[in-house]
Amino acid sequence: MRSNLGFFSDEKFRSIFFQTLVIGLFALGIFFIVNTTAYNLEKRNIATGWSFLQNPAGFDISFSPFLEFKSTDTHLKVYFVGVLNTLLVSITGCIAATILGFLLGIIRLSSNWLLSRLVYIYVEFSRNVPLLLQIILWYSILIQLPRVKQSLQFLDVFYISNRGLYSPRPIFESGFSYVLIAIVLALVSSFLINRWAKKRQDKTGQQFPVFFSSIGLIFVVPLILFFILGSPMSFEHPELKGFNFKGGLVIRPEFIAMFLALSIYTAAFISEIVRAGIMSVSKGQREASAAIGLKQTWIMRLIIIPQALRVIVPPLTSQYLNLTKNSSLGIAVGYADLVHGFGGISLNQTGQAIECMVIVMATYLTISLTISFFMNIYNRSIQFKEK
Amino acid sequence: MNEMNQVRKPPVATTGIIGWLRINLFFNWTNSLITLFVIYCLYQFIPWILDWTIFSADFKYNYLGEQITNQEMCSRNLDPENGGACWAVIYVRFYQFIYGFYPKVEVWRVNIAYAMLALALLPLLFAKLPYRKYFLYFTYIFPVIAYFLLNGGLGFTEVSTNKWGGLLVTLVLGCTGIALAFPIGIMLALGRRSKLPVISMMCTLFIEFIRGVPLITLLFFGMVMLPLFLPEGIDMDGLVRVLVAVTLFQSAYMAEVIRGGLQAIPPGQYEAAKSLGMSYWRMNLLIVLPQAIRISIPPIVNTSIGLFKDTTLVIIVGILDLLGIGRGTLADTNWLGLSYEIYFFVSLVFFIFTFGMSRYSLYLEKKLKTGINMGAD
Repeated sequence: MRSNLGFFSDEKFRSIFFQTLVIGLFALGIFFIVNTTAYNLEKRNIATGWSFLQNPAGFDISFSPFLEFKSTDTHLKVYFVGVLNTLLVSITGCIAATILGFLLGIIRLSSNWLLSRLVYIYVEFSRNVPLLLQIILWYSILIQLPRVKQSLQFLDVFYISNRGLYSPRPIFESGFSYVLIAIVLALVSSFLINRWAKKRQDKTGQQFPVFFSSIGLIFVVPLILFFILGSPMSFEHPELKGFNFKGGLVIRPEFIAMFLALSIYTAAFISEIVRAGIMSVSKGQREASAAIGLKQTWIMRLIIIPQALRVIVPPLTSQYLNLTKNSSLGIAVGYADLVHGFGGISLNQTGQAIECMVIVMATYLTISLTISFFMNIYNRSIQFKEK
Repeated sequence: MNEMNQVRKPPVATTGIIGWLRINLFFNWTNSLITLFVIYCLYQFIPWILDWTIFSADFKYNYLGEQITNQEMCSRNLDPENGGACWAVIYVRFYQFIYGFYPKVEVWRVNIAYAMLALALLPLLFAKLPYRKYFLYFTYIFPVIAYFLLNGGLGFTEVSTNKWGGLLVTLVLGCTGIALAFPIGIMLALGRRSKLPVISMMCTLFIEFIRGVPLITLLFFGMVMLPLFLPEGIDMDGLVRVLVAVTLFQSAYMAEVIRGGLQAIPPGQYEAAKSLGMSYWRMNLLIVLPQAIRISIPPIVNTSIGLFKDTTLVIIVGILDLLGIGRGTLADTNWLGLSYEIYFFVSLVFFIFTFGMSRYSLYLEKKLKTGINMGAD
């Protein structure tokens, strides 16, 4: 009996047998799905292929700050507008959430009981209420703002109404490119100065005022150049004409709602990560650095934060990924991101569900992988290096 | 001489209420300023919010004593100076919030299902429950009972799922998603750690794909693509399609959590099991998984909280969960403009569930820690 099964109890044979079986079943499943799908598509008269990308979209997109969009533009352009909008809200959201999250995480550890309790209540509320609900809530607050005619004014140039935030739009004239070049050069050189100063400090112990010299390079030099060139930038102010503002820069309430909800929701998670990170640095580190006479702010900057970052960065990465994926909820308030514009309206107009969904999913996968890739590089750079 | 006689002041108190206040609220002058500022803000905010939510709010009747049946009768719409929140909308639409459009005659079935759900959760929540074994048997057969009870069949009249809504849908999605994702997640986690390259690669690809795309795209996949994949004649119910998407999504996250638990099991456990001649499945089922799942319960609860919140996304594909009923009510001209009341109520319901779950996971973590320490001692 046993000898008959001999080759089956051989581990190598079994492993090959099962893997071939799995591949076979998988291929069979794919074959079955492709067949039925082809049949279903034909029966429902749904076109296939990618040619629909070149067809005119036939609908307008209300928020497209980077590309001019007309309803005669193609579905491919809808896709690009969607990607840009997704990236816009994700990147601004990640930056705001990081700043707010770090601040709140540090406040949460403050010795002031009242303050830390307050942050705790905020964290619990914003973590435990669904994000979608928060987005919709922010949106409903924003569209209940006064109408355009009664819009709130700030400094006589910003107008807030239920149509969004209107601000002056900067118009760049020909000479402005020199200022931009100056800013880029200043950034590069302050980065190089930072590296040089670190090396010099490691060697000689002398310090160089990196912070002030960088500020000088990045802000003051381009500013002087700006005035020398005769201020090659002007502002176009929004003006009330009829029922709406004309001109100026418009930030739509959909974007503001998404931005606020995403950053406030994610900041709550980040603040907990930061708190855990700071608490993971042992008390002895703080005491030792106080004992050698470091200032309170230096202890935080030079001793605590670098060690805490090692604990903070991996979960922070997954928060960035979550925020980016959560930006797809813009569809609930009509924010024209990838899912709403391309995966929603284009899909409904063309009926080519499979193509649209494949593109949308592939794009999100690409964005997710890119974020993980860069955060992994950063993570490796801050990890403890044995010398 | 005089100096010698001078009485020194006692040191400042560090205990008692005064000491506590000094240390925690008025440690130095910046701290005191912050405290005073926060107290001032709270003083401005708390009376206002209490007034709006409770003292000048309408619960069933407006300030004229009439029973409220639409938004025009809310005190704050009759007299903008005096009115607070108008909770009457929740009172009037309470049935829909809890049961959706489930027929009133059959609603006892939902009530029994709710009660049975609580009973089925008992043995999972409390490890020291007396007769836990028998309760667990009930937990295992509960999904079957609940299916027939809610959906119909076995003598019950059929109630199609498009009549379900509100908390019912939220709980059905949340509980089914978590319950189905658990075994699938275990299989995926084992698969990813498998020595067979094909299986491990397929599981890894599946997990990373699901985790790389937003849930909403999976819901769209379930809604618009799944029907195309199935042969003619198989018509999937909308709720089932959403459930498929939610389960796929949750099982990928569950798999990663359980994989974390599996990685924490020392290799000695595997080796010991193998040296006793156990097969792969016996080793995993009897030795490895029980330990791995035990340590990954807190993160499992945490991902479950995430899923419970994410069930709200189904409103985007047209299924009316708690939030969906709230939005539907807002679209009704009778209750136009009561968004704050409705969103407040929906948030509160979600908060109660999720906060409860997160407290439970903290409690488990604490218990687990002490348990491990006791083992080590």
